[in-house]
Formats: sequence, C-alpha cells, structure tokens
Amino acid sequence: MQGVLPKDIIELTPNVYTEPYWLATAEHRLILPRCTTCGTYRFPPGPFCWNCRAQEVEWIEHDGNGTIYSFTVVRHPVIPEVAEALPVVAAVVELPDTGGVRLISNVVDCAPEDVKIGMAVTIDWYDVRENTTIPVFRLAGG
Amino acid sequence: MSADELTLKDKAAIAGVGSTQYYKRGQSVPQLPMELAGKALMNACADAGLTIDDIDGFALYSMGFDTSLFSQWLGIPEVRFSALISGGGNGSAGSVGLAASAIATGQATCVASIMTLQQATVRFGASFAPKGKPGQTYSAPPSPEGNFIQPSGLMGPGNMFAVLAQRHMHLYGTTRENFAEVAISQRANAIRRPTSLQTQPLTLDDYFNARMISDPLCLFDYTMECDGAVAVITVSAERAKDLAQPPVYVMASANGGAGRWGQAITWMGMPDEYFASSGHRPAAKRVYEMAGVGPSDIDVALLYDHFTPMVIMQLEDYGFCPIGEGGRFVADGNIRWPDGGLPVNTHGGNLSEAYIIGMTHVKEAVEQLRGTAVNQVKDAEIALVTGGPASLPVSNLILHR
Ligand SMILES: [Zn+2]
Repeated sequence: MQGVLPKDIIELTPNVYTEPYWLATAEHRLILPRCTTCGTYRFPPGPFCWNCRAQEVEWIEHDGNGTIYSFTVVRHPVIPEVAEALPVVAAVVELPDTGGVRLISNVVDCAPEDVKIGMAVTIDWYDVRENTTIPVFRLAGG
Repeated sequence: MSADELTLKDKAAIAGVGSTQYYKRGQSVPQLPMELAGKALMNACADAGLTIDDIDGFALYSMGFDTSLFSQWLGIPEVRFSALISGGGNGSAGSVGLAASAIATGQATCVASIMTLQQATVRFGASFAPKGKPGQTYSAPPSPEGNFIQPSGLMGPGNMFAVLAQRHMHLYGTTRENFAEVAISQRANAIRRPTSLQTQPLTLDDYFNARMISDPLCLFDYTMECDGAVAVITVSAERAKDLAQPPVYVMASANGGAGRWGQAITWMGMPDEYFASSGHRPAAKRVYEMAGVGPSDIDVALLYDHFTPMVIMQLEDYGFCPIGEGGRFVADGNIRWPDGGLPVNTHGGNLSEAYIIGMTHVKEAVEQLRGTAVNQVKDAEIALVTGGPASLPVSNLILHR
C-alpha cells in the first residue's frame, strides 16, 4: 500500500469512548457513535452529545463510501521517521448520511496530482499490526 | 452596574514595548529563554519610563513560562496577578486584553505581556507529531483524539492549515498568486527594517520556484522559525498619561469562538459554514462592538501570519471584504504599504521580520499609533491586532492613540 505512514509510527491509545471504534476497525468494519436521544452523530467519540448533551450512544455501521472534503499533500517530513513514506495525501473525508462526520485519513495508491475536492472515495484498511487497523480511502473506480 | 461600566474600553493603555534582537532558530543560545524575556521586559520598562519594581502582573499565552522563577530572578516586589490565555499563538493579542482586564478590575497596576521563544530544541513545525527526538517537548504523544489525526500524516500546523487553504481555494477561487501577494508584500515591508531577519526582496518567481511543503503551501507560505522575546507593558489609562510615551489605549479586546470551532485546526470537524475561515468571526464581532468601530475605521491591521492563507481568511472574517473575496482583495493591492487601502503587517510579520508568536504585531501597532513606525501609515489612529487563527480561543485587540 502506497501513501501511508510507516507502521512503527502509528500507535493507538483508545479511551473508553473511542475503543469500540478501534475494535471494529480491527475487524475491517466502520462504526460511528450516534446519540440515542436525538440521533446526532458525534465524532470523535466522546462523553457528551454536542447537540443535546446526552451521554448514551448506539454504534451505527457505515459503508465507508465518502467524498473528499479537503486535503493536503504532505511532502516535507517534520520528523525524520516519516521521510521515506512521503509524499502522502492526507484527506478529510466526509461521510454521507451522518450529519457531516469527517474522517482524517489517507488517499492511498494514487498520484497525489489526481486528488481533487469532491471526489468519491471508498474505504480500505491498513493493517498496522495485530489488533491495530487504520481506515484509509481509495479513489472510487480508481 | 450599567453596561457602560462593564466594558474594557479605554480603561487601560500600553505604556511600553521592548524586545531583544531577533535571531534565526537556535542562535540565541547560550542565553536562556527567560533571560531573553527579562531583557525584553527591561527594554519595555525603559521605553515606558518605568522600572522592574513597578511590574506587578503577568498576562501570558501559549503556555507562558515559569513566572515564579522569573519573578525570583528579577526580584519583583509583589506579584498580584499571573494568568494566561489557554492554547498557543491564538492568545497573543488577547494577552494584552487580559492585562487590561486585570488593571480595569483593580487586581494589578502594571502588567507585562511577554513572549519568549527559543527553537533550538523545540520545533513547533512538528508540534502534532507522535514521535520525535528524545527531549523534543513539542511533539504530541498519542492521545485518544490524536489517534484519529496523526496516522494521516497531519503532524505540523502547516499541514493542518493547508487543508483549510485547499478548501478556501475550492470554494472561492483563491489562488497561490494570492498567497504569494501576502508573502511578497510583507517581505517588501520587512526589508526596510533593520530588525528583520529577512533582508532580500521576494519575487513571484522566487515564490513559484520554492519547494512545496504541504500542498497548496510552499516554503514562503510558512512563517520562519526564530528566537527572541517581546514584552508589552499595560497600565491604567490615567497612569499612562504621566509616563514617557504617548499612551496607546486598549479600545477593545476579545477572545473565544464558537464551541464547535473547538479543536478546529487538528480535528477538522467544524461546521461547513465556517470551515474555510480563521475562526475569528465571533471574536471579530465582539471586538468591534466593544470598540464602537467597524472595519472601515481601522487604519492598519497587524494580522497573525503563521501561514499566508490565514491572513486572507482574517481579512474576510474581520469584514474588510466579503467572505470568499479575500484573495481578490489582496490581488487588488489593498494590503500594500503605503498605498493600499488597508496596510497589513507593516513590520513584515511572522513571515519576514521575526516569528515571536505574534507579539511583534502588538509592538508594531504601538509604534504605528505613536507615529514612530519604520513603515509609518500616515496619521494612523486605530490599529487592529489579531492572535493566531487556531483552535479555540482566538483573540484580538483594537488600539487607538
Ligand atoms: Zn443528542
């Protein structure tokens, strides 16, 4: 997979609110927390609904089809550990039918010059190590 | 209490400003960071006609520094106020508002706002990176929220602001030529000043030949990395009249922003309506209301310029042009000194004079309103200063002579 950071730089440190998300990504499933009181998605996962302040959520599965909301092509390594992996396309991907939930991810295996705002993307999975998988995206039809 | 009594307007004034020499990253060693702060503060005291014995408060930002050790070193007779605005460079302009608040409420009489910076070991460019060299304190260890960001490669502020800039270009047709105009106009201002670290003009060819750092941002869209310190002393409006310099009054200051702006710059979850903005719109509205002035009353604007597109977005958010028109506003020459309608960053800013996390902007505003600026805006009466577009809370300051 081209266009992702080295595996040893990626370390997940979930808390009680984010752990269900990462347990699901390890199984290659995307789930998002939605308020059981008012139906508002909250992301990143946290203790309160920003709309109604209720706490309880249900986890809703999403198919991971989204659109590129914005992006940058990271070319300069701010730390030497990532130098060989660059450039990477770091993209903000908006997920439809979620009230505007956005994931910050990579668009992989593409020429950075081909990436444009508004393009459709589909989810894929970057298996970092056992029990650690990061969602990434591919240009739809690419 | 009447509403009139509940305003900060004109209760306090800046009496003195001072700085050290500015240095390229690491070149202020072996001086200590708080040693630079002390030297800047003594220069500000001399400017004001005050002494260190007069200082009784600190109003800081960007995590501040250890005022206990600093006060111990300098033998401050009595510290009566020591506080800071949360966050980072967002609080630069607001730190003077915080000082004015302490004075207006009788908590202190002579408050120093100081920024000192030494990037020998600490590099803000990697401030959101999960790992770095041992001892580098500004890389961010993995956190539950950071887990959703760091694996993407967004590891420095420039990566984050590039995402906002890309969206602004997409929505409004803003161009890299527009970003270049910010860099080039500020460089032209800087090279007239002996204090500036950048001494050569910047051309459009230079700009387009520079390496890309994080598309759409190239090298010249980024601030420099510097060392140095700047101190600003605020006292009551009454007291300022009897000191060495003409008072520069704190007309208004605000900090904050919408809750859902929140961790905007790292999280990227802010509402679509103001995603491609500086986050300053709510604070801009409040500062104008407190000051009782509007954009057309501002004679010179010192806008925090860590990255060129954020100057353009602030021009929009402070109402100098409609939302989305910032690129065309700069293309029309409006921000140029001396002939533009709104000279911006007449000192050269973070981009080209020195990056002291925005405090040079306060110093320049004071010099403009005293009439002593190197690139003086003729008859400047009112200046706007902003803190860095960033996560909550952003801040600002309107000063008048
Ligand atoms: Zn709710």
